[in-house]
Amino acid sequence: MSRVTARDGMVTGSLRRIGAVGVFFAAVLAQCVPALLRPRHIVHQVYNAGARSLIIIMLCGLFVGMVLGLQGFDLLQRFGSEDALGVAAALGLLKELGPVVTALLFAGRAGTALTSEIGLMRATDQLTAMQMMAVDPMQRIVAPRFIGGVIAMPLLVAIFDVVGLFGAQLVGVQMMDVDAGAFWSQMQAAVQLNDIQEGFIKSVVFGTACSLVAVYEGYHTEPTAAGVGLATTRTVVTSSVLTLLLDYILTAAFL
Amino acid sequence: MVVEVKGVHYGVGRREIFAGLDLVARRGRVTAIMGPSGTGKTTLLRLITGQSAPDSGEVRVWGERVATLAQRDLYALRRRTGMLFQNGALLTDLDVFENVAFPVREHTNLTEPLIRELVLTKLHAVGLRGAARMMPSELSGGMARRVALARAVVMDPELLIYDEPFVGLDPISMGVIVRLIRQMNRVLGITSIVVSHDVHELAAIADESFLLSQGRCVASGSPEELHRSESEVVRQFLDGVADGPVPFHYPAPDYREQLLGVDRSARAGRAA
Repeated sequence: MSRVTARDGMVTGSLRRIGAVGVFFAAVLAQCVPALLRPRHIVHQVYNAGARSLIIIMLCGLFVGMVLGLQGFDLLQRFGSEDALGVAAALGLLKELGPVVTALLFAGRAGTALTSEIGLMRATDQLTAMQMMAVDPMQRIVAPRFIGGVIAMPLLVAIFDVVGLFGAQLVGVQMMDVDAGAFWSQMQAAVQLNDIQEGFIKSVVFGTACSLVAVYEGYHTEPTAAGVGLATTRTVVTSSVLTLLLDYILTAAFL
Repeated sequence: MVVEVKGVHYGVGRREIFAGLDLVARRGRVTAIMGPSGTGKTTLLRLITGQSAPDSGEVRVWGERVATLAQRDLYALRRRTGMLFQNGALLTDLDVFENVAFPVREHTNLTEPLIRELVLTKLHAVGLRGAARMMPSELSGGMARRVALARAVVMDPELLIYDEPFVGLDPISMGVIVRLIRQMNRVLGITSIVVSHDVHELAAIADESFLLSQGRCVASGSPEELHRSESEVVRQFLDGVADGPVPFHYPAPDYREQLLGVDRSARAGRAA
């Protein structure tokens, strides 16, 4: 009996939480228009979420591309199709690995920074102080950070893809002696605009999801040191799971 | 009358914080709200500023019922109000100058030279013009409180609310804040509400004081009137007596029984 009650509580709690996030999302969207009228804040947030994540994105992109080059070469040479390495790497990066890995890294780097920043503002009464100055924190703090994250994600994915392709080329062409002409020309011939579009749409969706989770958790942080820590952890876990779930749904939708 | 609190009942969970609270803050005067810790002084400020709504009764500011105002009207009312937070609540990613300039930039279209002049004037008034480019993390507690005060008055509010302005300050900083509160009131004619339990500092600046205890206002009047009061609660608070109408101990089971109970359970544990 108690298990049923506990399960009911969990279901109700989850539904309530999803509802709360939905209402919060609507409130953020409503504040996005006024926030867009002050582009200086948005540019600052794109810099915070994007430029400050560049090093880790490029480094991981390079390694992911190199691994893709090695694994792809190993697999393709069994069928004597090493020349298709460029296509395999490009499609893998553009459609799947680029958006997903960037989103996971974004959640760990920019998402946690957003949550802890807003959470600490909550804990130190800065958000209340803004409200007392008749400044809506949703418009001044949350919306610019949300928009900044949504804009930064596709840019980071693009950079991840380019560096990843460079890594795959480095392994495939420079180290494994795959023909450079075949590598690039097959890629050029096989990769369609739809593939790039798929990666772009995924990056925007993941950017929206990860940024929303980060600002939601930050805004609803319990105003204590432990509360900020818990909110930051929840941001990483929720964003990661949500990214993989959305990836499956989007991949199924694009097939 | 700037603020009127009438028959306010307010509770959090099962705990009743206010049980029919009445008080007023008059125009151009410094009103002190005193009381032991945990009596709901800060909660009262939340009710006055519309951050919380009473369970029953009403809180009116300039005649408007705060709890029923739409966000737009509430923000319009807050533009006429300044608030000094207990910890200053400075925006940590902005320097001192930008913190003070923040409400001006948000609510006006003043040119940069005008904003600069306005901010430097307010910083000069609190003695921190020289700290304009320092970050909040570089300020002492007293300096942060003074910057917050400059920010609170930069829009020339008609009502200024101070939440525990003397907490954690050394005597010099405390003296500076007391002088500034008095100055803001006398020179600028700002109606002030000061929430604190620092009896001596409040006596120096308050025109009228309200003493809160157990959810109600148990005494009110000028600081002199309160000092002459024979009421047990007032005497306990003003004289700093540990036990009295406000008990020293938080409600708990009988001490002896609780200790013996622990002892019995420990013995039972050993026997098992």
